[in-house]
Amino acid sequence: MAFYEVLLQQLANGLILGSFYALVALGYSMVYGVIKLLNFAHGDLYMVGAFAGFGTLSLLSGWLGGGWGGIVPSILFSMVAVGVLGVIIDRVAYRPLREAPKLSVLITALAVSMLLENTALAFTGGQYTAFSTALGFAGINLGMVHVTYTQMVLVGTSVVLMVVLELFVSRTMYGKAMRAIAIDQDACRLMGIDVDRTIALTFLIGSALAAAAGVLAGVYYGSINFFMGFLIGLKAFTAAVIGGIGSIPGAMLGGILLGLLEAFGTQIPAVGSEWKNVFVFAFLILFLVFRPTGLLGRPEVERM
Amino acid sequence: MSEAGEAAVGLARSRRSVRQSAGVVLLLAALLVVPRFANNYYLEVLSEAWLYVLLCLGLNIVVGFAGLLDLGYAAFFAVGAYTAGIVTIRLGQSFWLSLPIAVVAATLAGVIIGGPTLRLRSDYLAIVTLGFGEMVRITVRNLSITGGASGLVGIERPDLFGYSLNSIAAFYYVFLLLAGLAVIASYRLERSRIGRAWKYVRSDEDAARAMGINHAAVKLAAYVLGAIFAAIGGCFYAAKMTAISPETFTFNQSLLILLGVVLGGRGKIPGVILGALVIVIFPELFRDIGSMRMLVFAVSLLLIMLFRPAGIWPERWR
Repeated sequence: MAFYEVLLQQLANGLILGSFYALVALGYSMVYGVIKLLNFAHGDLYMVGAFAGFGTLSLLSGWLGGGWGGIVPSILFSMVAVGVLGVIIDRVAYRPLREAPKLSVLITALAVSMLLENTALAFTGGQYTAFSTALGFAGINLGMVHVTYTQMVLVGTSVVLMVVLELFVSRTMYGKAMRAIAIDQDACRLMGIDVDRTIALTFLIGSALAAAAGVLAGVYYGSINFFMGFLIGLKAFTAAVIGGIGSIPGAMLGGILLGLLEAFGTQIPAVGSEWKNVFVFAFLILFLVFRPTGLLGRPEVERM
Repeated sequence: MSEAGEAAVGLARSRRSVRQSAGVVLLLAALLVVPRFANNYYLEVLSEAWLYVLLCLGLNIVVGFAGLLDLGYAAFFAVGAYTAGIVTIRLGQSFWLSLPIAVVAATLAGVIIGGPTLRLRSDYLAIVTLGFGEMVRITVRNLSITGGASGLVGIERPDLFGYSLNSIAAFYYVFLLLAGLAVIASYRLERSRIGRAWKYVRSDEDAARAMGINHAAVKLAAYVLGAIFAAIGGCFYAAKMTAISPETFTFNQSLLILLGVVLGGRGKIPGVILGALVIVIFPELFRDIGSMRMLVFAVSLLLIMLFRPAGIWPERWR
């Protein structure tokens, strides 16, 4: 392959990977922005979303087929189901600890993550589940580089979801309420905003986005497993930090950048694919040290 | 208070401390004679329990005393174990040489990771330590000096005063001694100047800074001391197992140690010891559930955080 073809191929890979990271990073960033909670369970919601989508597709494929006709309803169902799960998690595990010390809430989030992961482990027996679809490999060729229509639809879907979210947060009353809660919860209560409901809405949207990413990733990679949320949770956090945690355009930018970084990183001699995660985490640490507010974040003082 | 009253209080206090000391002496005597009666299975489980007491007390310095969430603690355990492996197998040196090297290596790793990140928001530390734990595991998995995915096999058992540590009873005493030293060190640290500084920074960082406490240095000290506990534990773990592999040092290992600390009561030394014993003995009692172990742990951790957030045997805030 010529040099520019490698470049183009990695660009395509990076964009796809990056759009998954961005979708998951959005939920991370939204929840963090609103209630300052690192939701460790967020990556696992992506995993649960993939399984919910897979289950729905298995039921529907006999009737609607394994192509987009079956996949789109599966994505929608998975988004609703996992969105509700996110709200339940917030209600049961996080809301009682709203005023508790940060350490307690972080450990609770960790417990929720373990719970989701190990429940999935118990159900699947730790096996990889094949996520088979009938999408095929048709696509367009750019020199030696083959980009399938599926890949284009995946990236397109992510972009549409992100644009809708951005419009929702910047243009609607609910979005305004979210942004207000991020600044001062008590003042919001005085202004008549239902804080708990708005936080629940944040969880609903964030979890639904993670679920969408999970189903899309299942379609893309063709297999899902109980552990798939762990690494992507870490990487989505990295993406959110790169973009500036709490910022929606930041999470998108960070996700895409991280995807590209990882795709091109595997091409550097002596880095190789087994080292790519070391590379990503080293990048996270460097970013936290030299630019902790990220590319688009605002400087912030920690309030204990 | 009258003089008589003071004397009475003093007497009661000294009686209590006498009772406590007597209890400790009795307990120690009982623990020391265990190898005469118990079979190898019990000794194996108890040795592991003492190892986890050491590890949990080390993590307790970070999580309990200083209030920092460390999710990559197994990395320091790995640093110790791999130092012992490399020193004895690759360099052909005595096991005892690996102890000071492991302490230096853990200190360096702690300073490199903690130094820049401890100044940041406290929850950033959690995710950085998580990333660090994974980095260490991936690194030992891919280097040839650490034996790659299959790890290091054939680590020599050390000699002590011409007596080779090769029976499970010998390791029972070694880990009991380590756990005992960890308990004493923890009490000494808790009551020292830096121990008070940790708790001050934990309860109110801004107030602590206003009082002239260098919060970053104090946190770093906690992080590094915790790392050293784990590294020493790792050295002896490698000597006992004679074989180590990267899969011992996963995120789940870090979680397990954290669970011991949080379950028992972070910041409270007897509570942490209890937590360490629970995480080792509980799976032995319920061997049947095997793979469900982490699920049961997750549920118990969640319930503890919701209904008894300070742990089973919580610290009394003064």
